[in-house]
Amino acid sequence: MTAFLTGAPGVLRGHPRSGVREPVLFTLLLTALTATVFLGFVSVAPNRLLSGRPVPLWVAAGTGYCGALAAIVGPLVPLCFAPPRQRWAVLTVGLAASWLVATLAALGAAAQALAAGAGPAARVSAGAAFWIMAGCSAFALADGLRRLRAGPVAAAAVALVLGGAIGALAARGTFATLSVVQEYSSRQALFAAALTRHIALVAGAVGLGLVIGLPLGLGASRRPRLQGPLFALLNLLQTVPSIALFGLLIWPLAALARAAPRLAAWGIGGIGPAPAVIALVLYALLPIVRNTVAGLSGVDPAVVDAARGVGLTRAQIFRRVELPLSLPILIAGLRIVIVQTIGLAVVAALIGAGGLGTFVFEGLGQDALDLVLLGALPAIALALAADLGLRAMAALLPQRADR
Amino acid sequence: MPVRRVLADPLMWVGLLFAGLLLGMNEFRPVLRWAFPQTVPVIYDRASFPMLFLAHLALVATASAAAATVGVALAVFVTRPAGAPFRVTVGTLVAIGQTFPPVAVLAIAVPLIGFGARPTIIALFLYGLLPIVENGIAGLEGVPADVREAADGMGLSAVQRLFAVELPLAASVILAGIRISVTIAIGTAAIGSTVGALSLGTPIFDGLVADNLPFVIEGAVLVALFAIVTDMGFARLDRRLRRHAVAG
Repeated sequence: MTAFLTGAPGVLRGHPRSGVREPVLFTLLLTALTATVFLGFVSVAPNRLLSGRPVPLWVAAGTGYCGALAAIVGPLVPLCFAPPRQRWAVLTVGLAASWLVATLAALGAAAQALAAGAGPAARVSAGAAFWIMAGCSAFALADGLRRLRAGPVAAAAVALVLGGAIGALAARGTFATLSVVQEYSSRQALFAAALTRHIALVAGAVGLGLVIGLPLGLGASRRPRLQGPLFALLNLLQTVPSIALFGLLIWPLAALARAAPRLAAWGIGGIGPAPAVIALVLYALLPIVRNTVAGLSGVDPAVVDAARGVGLTRAQIFRRVELPLSLPILIAGLRIVIVQTIGLAVVAALIGAGGLGTFVFEGLGQDALDLVLLGALPAIALALAADLGLRAMAALLPQRADR
Repeated sequence: MPVRRVLADPLMWVGLLFAGLLLGMNEFRPVLRWAFPQTVPVIYDRASFPMLFLAHLALVATASAAAATVGVALAVFVTRPAGAPFRVTVGTLVAIGQTFPPVAVLAIAVPLIGFGARPTIIALFLYGLLPIVENGIAGLEGVPADVREAADGMGLSAVQRLFAVELPLAASVILAGIRISVTIAIGTAAIGSTVGALSLGTPIFDGLVADNLPFVIEGAVLVALFAIVTDMGFARLDRRLRRHAVAG
C-alpha cells in the first residue's frame, strides 16, 4: 500500500493522472489503521492508581461499532484516489465528521462493556489508538474543509454541529463509565468552581489588560518616540517565564497585605488570585499594545485627512474612522491574548489562584492521568473555542469596500 | 572589540549578574536573614544553583536542538514539490497546536511516559516544534520567486539551491522561530520541576510547598535571568546574521 507514497515519485508531484490524489487523507487513514492494529483503543486498570492494560478496538468495542466505523472509514479510501471535485470534498467532510463522532461513541461503548465485566474499582480510560484515531479524523475533517475553501465561519459552524452531536452522546450517558468522567462525577461542584474561577481569571486579566493596554497603544501610536522603550519593556516582561513572574510577585504583594490589612481583607495577598491576575495582565499587555499600534498605524492617513476635511472632531475620527478600520487587527490581538491567558492561568494554580490548573497539578502529584485530563482537556477546549470563535467573529466583520 | 563597547554591552552585564547570582547566592544570606527572620534556611540547599542551571540547560538544549533539526526539516519538506500537498495541513496542525497550553502538553506527557526528565524533554520538543515549523515555512516561502529562478538559471541543483540560497535567506526568520521556541522551553522546563525534572524551577516549587519565600525568590530571579540572557543572546545573534547577510 505504501508503494503509492514511496514507489511512484510522480504521484506526489502535483500532476497525478492516477494514484493517490489526496496524500494527506491517505496518510491519515494509514496512520489510523496502523494505530488501531498495533495499539490499545482503551486501557483497563484494576483501580485508579495502577497502570492499565491496553485492549484493542475489535475486542473492546464489539462488532456493531467496528462495523459502523468500517462503514464510515471504508468509503474514505477510494476518496483518496478521486479527482479533485467539490462533491468529493463535501463527502469527505461528512464522512470525517461522522468518523470523529463514531470514534467517540465507540470509546463510550467500549468503556461500558469493559467496566461491566471488571470490578467496581476498575478504570477504563482512552488508549493511544483512540487518541490517534480521533486526531486523524479531526485532521481529515480540517483537510476536507480546506479543500472546500471553507473560512472560519464555516469551520465554527461545523464545530458547533460536532459539539452538539458529542453533547447529545454525553447527555445519553455514553461516556459515563469512562474514568475521566468518573473523576468528574466525584467532584462536580469542585469542577464547576474551578472552571468558573479559570474563566474569571482570564476575563479579569484580559479586561484589565484592555483597560491599560488600549490607551497605552493609542498613546504610543500618536507618539512614535515612546514605542521603542515601551516595547522593550513589554518584550522583557513577555520573556520572563510565567512561573518566575508569579513567584516574583508573591513577596511584594504579601508585604503590601501586611502593611495594609484592609487590602488583605479584600483578598489581596502574596498567594491567590491577586498575583496571578497581575502577572496575567503584564503578559496580556504586549499583544494588546502591539496590535493596537499596528492597527492604528495601518489606517491610511489620507482617510483621516478626509475625515478631518468633512469636519469631524478628533474624538469622532477615532470612533467612526480609526477604530472601525483597525478592528480586524484589534480582534486578532484579542484572540492571541485570550488564548495565551487561558494557558498561563493553568500555571497560576501553583500559587493558589485556583482554576483548572488545580486538577492538573493535583493529578501530577498523585500520578493520576484522569485528574490531569480533567484539568487539561477543558483548558485546551476553552483555548480552541476562543481561537475559533474570535476567528469567526473577525471574518464576520463587515468587509470594507476597498478590499 | 574596543573596551568601551564591551563595557556598554547590556548582554555582558546581565550575563555577569546571572553568573554572579548562580555562583554567589550565599553572599545574600545576611540580607535574606534580615528580610525573612522566621524562615530557616534562607538559601536553597538541596542542590547547588550551578548544578540546577546545568540540568535546566541540558533539558532546554536537548529538546530545542531536536526541535530545530526536525522543525526545519519539516518546513523544508512541505515547501518542496513532493511535500506541497501537506503544506496546508501542517500549517493547520501547527496553528492549532499552538493554542494548546504548553503546561497541558507537559502534564499529559507525564503519565504516559513517566516522571522525570524524559517527559519534560519530549513535551518541550513537541511544543517547541510548532514555532520553528511555522517560521521555517514563512521564511522559506518568503524567498522571492525571482531569486529562486535566478538560482535555477545559474544551474544550481535543488539541493544546492536549498543550502546556498533559500536557507541563508530564510535564516533570520527561522532564527526568530527558534528564539520563541527556546524562550517557551525555558519556562516550561521550569514547570517540569513539578514532575521531577531538576531545573532552576525546583527551588520555586520546593519553596511554595514548604512555604519558604526566599527559595521562591531565588528560583524565580534565576529563571527570569536565564530567559532574559538567552533572549538577549538570540537578539545579538540575529543582528550578526543580518549584518552578515547585508555585507555578504
